[in-house]
Amino acid sequence: MSNDVLVPAPPTLPTHKPIRLIDETGRAVTGTQTAGFRMPDTDTLLSLYRRMVLARRFEAQVTALTRQGRLATYPSALGQEACEIASVAALAQQDWLFPTYRDTIALLTRGVSPVEILSFFRGDWHTGFDPHAHRISPQSTPLATQALHAVGLATAAKLKQDDTVALTFLGDGSTSEGDAHEAFNFASVWQAPVVFVIQNNQYAISVPYSKQSRARTLADRAIGYGMPGYYVDGNDVAAMYAVVTAAVERARAGHGPTLIEGLTYRMEAHTNSDDPTRYRETSETAGWLDHDPIDRVEKHLDRAGALTTAVRASIAAEAEALATATRDAMNETPVLDPLEVFDHVYSAARPALLEQRAFLANELAHTDTREAGAA
Amino acid sequence: MTLLDEIRTGDARTAGISTSHASAERAAPAILSPAPAVSIAGALNAALRDALAADSNVVVFGEDVGPLGGVFRITDALHAEFGEDRVWDSPLAESGIVGTAIGMAMYGLRPVIEMQFDAFSYPAFEQITSHLAKMRNRTKGRVTLPIVIRIPYAGGIGGVEHHSDSSEAYWTHTPGLTVVSPSNPADAYSMLREAIESDDPVIFLEPKSRYWAKDAVELPVHTAPMTRAVVLRAGTDVTLLAYGPTVKTALHAAELGAEEGLSVEVVDLRSLSPFDDETVGASVRKTSRAAVIHEAAQFGGYGAEVAARVTERQFFHLAAPVLRITGFDIPFPSPKLEEHYLPTAERVLAALDTWEW
Repeated sequence: MSNDVLVPAPPTLPTHKPIRLIDETGRAVTGTQTAGFRMPDTDTLLSLYRRMVLARRFEAQVTALTRQGRLATYPSALGQEACEIASVAALAQQDWLFPTYRDTIALLTRGVSPVEILSFFRGDWHTGFDPHAHRISPQSTPLATQALHAVGLATAAKLKQDDTVALTFLGDGSTSEGDAHEAFNFASVWQAPVVFVIQNNQYAISVPYSKQSRARTLADRAIGYGMPGYYVDGNDVAAMYAVVTAAVERARAGHGPTLIEGLTYRMEAHTNSDDPTRYRETSETAGWLDHDPIDRVEKHLDRAGALTTAVRASIAAEAEALATATRDAMNETPVLDPLEVFDHVYSAARPALLEQRAFLANELAHTDTREAGAA
Repeated sequence: MTLLDEIRTGDARTAGISTSHASAERAAPAILSPAPAVSIAGALNAALRDALAADSNVVVFGEDVGPLGGVFRITDALHAEFGEDRVWDSPLAESGIVGTAIGMAMYGLRPVIEMQFDAFSYPAFEQITSHLAKMRNRTKGRVTLPIVIRIPYAGGIGGVEHHSDSSEAYWTHTPGLTVVSPSNPADAYSMLREAIESDDPVIFLEPKSRYWAKDAVELPVHTAPMTRAVVLRAGTDVTLLAYGPTVKTALHAAELGAEEGLSVEVVDLRSLSPFDDETVGASVRKTSRAAVIHEAAQFGGYGAEVAARVTERQFFHLAAPVLRITGFDIPFPSPKLEEHYLPTAERVLAALDTWEW
């Protein structure tokens, strides 16, 4: 792998204060805290806002369905919409996304249908969508492993001289895994067109950041790998969009990887089997309501006069339609073929698996007969 | 200086590595001239060269596989011939090597990667078992991963700790992987070419103690499909089931047995997963007795699977229990003690005597 493009990393550590473009009151931030990044135009912000509202409504519906037992589990990203949506919005169609199990709304925003996404959490099949059709890898449950896949794919694209960029999400907890280190290092050594977005939502299930890392910021780590790092207010969709877009452009131009830490907060439990009251004060969670990512850009757009009554109504109607469609789809009982479990293990049939398939087919046939007899 | 030291310090001549270049080995022979002597190492090198030439999506990377040509010289001269974008050195991290290969394969490349030594593959265990093996299944066949992981494996070369493991049971226990091991130069060439052409991930176990074993072979060569077992020596009294480094042990045992009037059939399994029940079953039905030989520890090992399969399927043809001649249930011993650990032909024959025929 030739490293023909060698761009020196910035000589300084990321700024101590997270990069922001919009504050909690919706006002534009000026001064050093913008780190020279420019505010996206109003149309872009409106588009990001709309997608965040849709995503939040979608997750509220899915969480309700999970509580009703329609889904096996669901890891909510409530509160993390800015990180998720800004990152995906910064990608071009030919780019690839490498998500974790929590990044469902990123898939939704990239155009995967609710049924294709949720079949994973409903328990129909491990991945319900076609990765090649959407340029999204399966949602990774093992931690940080998908970051290496992103580096590999981006490297292959570079070898083929395509202008494809790979973006991978990581959580704060997953940065403790060895694969995170290997991914950062490989990407930098190979100057792979990769963007690492760490969503620091402060908890790895129950373990707070203070027990995960002593690093001042996770973005600080970038300099040790020889790549630029940015510490961003992850609840500021404008800042996240500006920084991720710059990183994607940098990667596409052949200047290698970038590490971005979005400082955010997971408002909900890890999954429905988690009890967050055991490990954090409810006052802490409530305090983050002041930092809500949707609320902030909404105030900003309101000030700009972009959120007319008609626009609000249109977005609200779209969100309700999405929730209804999701609810209807998930209330249908999926028809699954038990014998399909043997069909995708290898590219060619194997005698031993055909034997086991026939065994299960026979068992199913007798089960049907018994049930018919009992009825 | 141990054999391993000689290999690692690059003294290929004393280490017994063929110093002839593969191009010379592949030169068209004069009419009626004998086929050239080719080592397993040379055959693997030729297979990689031919695969790289045949398909521009094939890439070779790993630790020290570039200008050095690999610690065993299996990738010798490939870097110079195909360039930095086809054959290159990676950072020293096995999980990273496998993980990035997965991403490359998702984008259409066909990576052939090296784990350098058997026990060095363990840092990549998660990538191999959680992702490489499962990707096809979890995506309903939409994502295929045509990746070959070459693992120089097993003992017999005086390797220090962590350089002589036999890890086949971990990989064969993982659905989604194909696991093969050649025992001779012709199979080494043919099976590696087939493994690279396979759309499924293949764990390619190279018996490092046999790297320098030579046969007269005209390359390129096509032998039996890599998923099939082959009867290497016909016999009527007992079937010895072996693979990789223990095939030589089995053939040696067959010769010693013949001196004692024992007719020994030797089956080279070649493919550990899938298992060729057909070829093995036919042999066992003929001989009524079977023993499996491997270097790995016995408990929970691959031999247990072989013994169970043969017993389940051929029970009424068996005259005696299926035996296992294996390493002991201990971590692989130090170089000066490995001779006491490794299964020998004498140990095989002694085991057969327990049947009392």
